[in-house]
Amino acid sequence: MSGIQAKFQLNWPGFSLDVDLALPARGITALFGPSGSGKTTLLRCIAGLEKTAQGRLLVDGEVWQDNTRCVPVHQRPLGYVFQEASLFAHLTVLGNLRYGTRRVADKGSVALDSAIELLGIKTLLDRLPDKLSGGERQRVAIARALALSPRLLLMDEPLAALDYPRKQEIMPYLQQLHRALDIPVLYVSHAADEVARLADYLVVIDNGRVRAQGSLAETLTRLDFPLPLGDDVGTILDATVGDIDVAWHLARVDFPGGSLWTPDPALPVGCAVRVRVLARDVSLATMPPEQSSIQNVLCGRVDAIADDAHPGLLLVRIQAGPSQLLARITRRAAATLHINIGQTVWMQVKTVALMA
Amino acid sequence: MFLTPGDLEALWLTARLAACVTLILLVLGTPIAWWLARSEGWWKGPTTAVVALPLVLPPSVLGFYLLLAMGPQGVVGQFTQALGITALPFTFWGLVVASVCYSLPFMVQPLQAAFESLGERPLEVAATLRASPLDAFFSVAVPLARPGFITAMVLTFAHTVGEFGVVLMIGGNLPGVTRVASVQIYDHVEALDYLQAHRLAAVMLLFSFFVLLALYTRRRPQKIRGVT
Repeated sequence: MSGIQAKFQLNWPGFSLDVDLALPARGITALFGPSGSGKTTLLRCIAGLEKTAQGRLLVDGEVWQDNTRCVPVHQRPLGYVFQEASLFAHLTVLGNLRYGTRRVADKGSVALDSAIELLGIKTLLDRLPDKLSGGERQRVAIARALALSPRLLLMDEPLAALDYPRKQEIMPYLQQLHRALDIPVLYVSHAADEVARLADYLVVIDNGRVRAQGSLAETLTRLDFPLPLGDDVGTILDATVGDIDVAWHLARVDFPGGSLWTPDPALPVGCAVRVRVLARDVSLATMPPEQSSIQNVLCGRVDAIADDAHPGLLLVRIQAGPSQLLARITRRAAATLHINIGQTVWMQVKTVALMA
Repeated sequence: MFLTPGDLEALWLTARLAACVTLILLVLGTPIAWWLARSEGWWKGPTTAVVALPLVLPPSVLGFYLLLAMGPQGVVGQFTQALGITALPFTFWGLVVASVCYSLPFMVQPLQAAFESLGERPLEVAATLRASPLDAFFSVAVPLARPGFITAMVLTFAHTVGEFGVVLMIGGNLPGVTRVASVQIYDHVEALDYLQAHRLAAVMLLFSFFVLLALYTRRRPQKIRGVT
């Protein structure tokens, strides 16, 4: 049995955690939920940092914890990135990186070198942590975890403590990581944007319980349990750059079930991109629209309709080929246009966000 | 000669005593401080109180109990006799044992504060980087708590140099064995040799001042930096 099986119970005054998860063996799994929902606690249980947690944890078929034994944290082949970079203040960057690698049985320095390379910290090696910027510190912390060649990488909101420019500084490294890593990564976050960019698999946690889990696109378009995303409700489409219109500075991205035009992101044709379409940016028409500034029009069939958080709004899920999109429309518009399940509609997509 | 041979002997004895006590307390006090800093049990309060007792007890009270304990009928005395060691009172090592008790809070309290301000995080980080708890203690907690160690050792040394009451109770006044500088000054005053008392007292005053000066005016306030 590959992948991660995690079943944990934990009871604290005023909070309890009770989860039973089966997670994929590779790719980034986002543990998503509001503050205080227990996602960090779950991550700490998986690392073995919560001593009082009862449960069972299998990673790649290997028992890390069950009723009879619990492998201590320092014997688990994992990497952990804390919310604050948590570099050792008394060691240089290189000292921090080598703190872990000196202690792993496999003394190969390949992982260390490639981690330094991947996070772009070669020029920082001799510095002390308090001489680094917040973004640099977090990059070193990520490299320190990767240098151990972990079999499981745990990341606890690695961007949450950083301001917007620093987040933008680190995001490309995380996306690079996403492509380069062949191990499972658990990524705790409460930011929909980070999840949309990075995750392959989504686990929604609320109040210590798992509310929903599945592939990212699937979970985002579930209407039986709409995620508490507010304006961030939308879909993720995995697409490729299909064409570039040099004259108009536009690029066409193709996904199974249609294609969309977006301002040219300066990526080559054939490049894989992740496209995010927010429900609020999708409007519906029952006839092919003409004469509109919105030139991205997709045709599909209404698949499901659900109440939105506001009583005046509805969320409509539209099937376009194998892909699904969400549209947020008013209840009155749905009534006026007679939008019903099974009906063919045209979606006008105002904004397309490229996430890669 | 500024100081008499007796004075020099007393100073040398004081220095040896303080060094021994500091080293012994470093070994004993560190685990106690570590344990107090990181446990939550009900016994934490009582233990902290016992450790702090020498701060408030008159040294004569402490000395009196230690004298009884280390004497031939006392618990410690019985034990040392069973080991074939003659009674500890009125010996150098008896003085060391008494001073270890007397200076205990000066080692434990700064270390405990340093370990507490370090928090749990650096050790968790070390654990995720494959360090066993003992390994993490020596490779992370000790270096990060270094300012605390320096403060604790300096204070312990200086405090042991300055003790008087416990020494009189336990050690008496044997030249070269238990007559430390503070007792020597007392002797000079008793003998109305104020000049010699002044000289030795001045040495002690300057020593204490410069030790404390060095402690409180290091380059910059040494905060405990855990992880950043």
